[in-house]
Amino acid sequence: MKLAAGRIKKPAYGAIILLWMIAPLFIGKYWTDVLNNVAIYALLGLSLNIILGYGGMFHMGHAAFYAVGAYTTAIINTAWGVPVLWLMPAAGLAAGLFALVVARPIIHLRGDYLLIVTIGMVEIVRIALINNVFGITGGANGIFGIDSPSVFGFQINGIVAPAHYFYLVTAFLAITIVLFYLLENSRFGRALKFLCSDEVAAEGSGINTAGYKLAAFVIGAVWAGMTGTLYASKMGFISPESFSFWESVVMFMIVILGGSGNIAGVLLGAALIIGLPEIFQGLQQYRLLIFGLALMIMMIFRPQGILPPKPRSYPIDKLEKNEVSL
Amino acid sequence: MEQFFTQLTNGLAVGGIYALIALGYTMVYGVLKLINFAHGDLFTIGAYLGLTLLTSLALTDHIGGLAGVLLLAVMAMGLVGIIGILLDRAAYKPLRTSPRLSAVVSALGASIVLSNTVMLVYGPSTRVYPQGLLPSQVFYIFGLPVPVMRFVILAASIVLMIGLYVFIQRTKIGTAIRAAAIDQDAARLMGINVDRVIMLVFFIGPALGGAAGVMVGLYYGQITFTMGWTYGLKAFTAAILGGIGNIPGAMVGGLLLGVIEALGATYISMAWKDAIAFFVLILILIVRPTGLLGERVAEKI
Repeated sequence: MKLAAGRIKKPAYGAIILLWMIAPLFIGKYWTDVLNNVAIYALLGLSLNIILGYGGMFHMGHAAFYAVGAYTTAIINTAWGVPVLWLMPAAGLAAGLFALVVARPIIHLRGDYLLIVTIGMVEIVRIALINNVFGITGGANGIFGIDSPSVFGFQINGIVAPAHYFYLVTAFLAITIVLFYLLENSRFGRALKFLCSDEVAAEGSGINTAGYKLAAFVIGAVWAGMTGTLYASKMGFISPESFSFWESVVMFMIVILGGSGNIAGVLLGAALIIGLPEIFQGLQQYRLLIFGLALMIMMIFRPQGILPPKPRSYPIDKLEKNEVSL
Repeated sequence: MEQFFTQLTNGLAVGGIYALIALGYTMVYGVLKLINFAHGDLFTIGAYLGLTLLTSLALTDHIGGLAGVLLLAVMAMGLVGIIGILLDRAAYKPLRTSPRLSAVVSALGASIVLSNTVMLVYGPSTRVYPQGLLPSQVFYIFGLPVPVMRFVILAASIVLMIGLYVFIQRTKIGTAIRAAAIDQDAARLMGINVDRVIMLVFFIGPALGGAAGVMVGLYYGQITFTMGWTYGLKAFTAAILGGIGNIPGAMVGGLLLGVIEALGATYISMAWKDAIAFFVLILILIVRPTGLLGERVAEKI
């Protein structure tokens, strides 16, 4: 049984990737845009997964980092006309710095307290954006007239031609998946997962728990910030509405329901939580009700999510050939 | 001076409401070590049930304004208390032995379910409470005006809090609740039915929250289905401020937060009013996580 599952897995992933790549050729603009949203939320989910899934820190203010990235992009682009894709590192840097400053004092808080503080953080950021902090965020109306991204002089307008944008965001998603896969299996990823399962034992084994947790926060924030660039350049305008606490809840649900700590699980979570409401349009108003019930039921029957990560295995024969390292 | 005094009494009235909600958080946390995220939505349900009872029963026409409102508040409290018990059965009871964070996620799901149920039943727009049920006179203390409404709200919340305090400290059932909060297993060995205690806590806490909901409806005159979230977070801040798990702490924290918020909104910035509570929350968790009166629950945060 296990062997059969293993044999199906690779072709199945291949088929899904192929289907995803050719999908915009067959579906209309509207559905391509839905896929774009799925990809953006998949990126956000993956970045939150570093903090919540690997690090085990209940962080529900991820929309704050997303907002910092998006606003950094919007402000610099509209003020000085710097091409938006060049601003991706700047957005990541800004979000990362913000995370560093904010997370440092709260990193040691226990799970449920961290949750409530991060909710407070995202609310403060939203209120600050609405109050036009420093006079650069445009208040409740937000910022208009953000350029669409251009690759080698080719303009990608996310509203007019979602299919072009689709390949841009897919490229970034692919890079992200590869990098995060490597991260997951690196020394850093293993240390993070260890301290998530037993913090005292991890500290006893010489892992700088506070340092690793902070690093996880910063990496997650950098990625959310860069995703913010993609979002701002797709929409052409941003407002505080887009970065409310509910956005954070959606990201949180993607990770928890999909399978925290597992890349495939998070991708599935994004597809389900962003895609399903579009398919069942008639049930739109019951959307949150159903997700809320799903959260409750999942916690009772399958708290690890739909696709939980497999435990790491160290087969003896591969260890001896140095194919896996401890 | 007059502005200061006006804001002080306003803060105390709102603080009394925060304190009532905070008591629900603190009692549940004391016994189960669980942040009941859905508590704010129980408060919203209280406000909406109060409105329904108020408009459908027309009690205030028969037995007079104040008595009618009091009777309604008691009915709303009972109903919200029962919903609280049902919530515990559905969302928390199956998770008693699971890791604590599973229960937190379930609580979050329950909160989403409850607030959306309210929206589907009552509609997404703001609802208005009938006006003129309570006396709207203003009386003067040392020549400074105080609307009677504020006084009634503050008095009602203080009466409820003192009632709860006496109940917890002086009665046998109250002792059982305190025992279960200190050590559930030991309490069970002493013959206390801990499941019954939990049920009672999930009745009293939401009932007080429901009373607070009715008060908000009467005080501000309008209610929305999302208000439970903001009030819930602020009340939770109040519970932490006083020291979570500590009943007098929730009272002090609530009143203090109400005053801080009212004065902050006046003298610092009105636009940042809602952020003040969150700044207080973050500050208190960083500087003194056990709260002002100390956490009764001996555990490291």
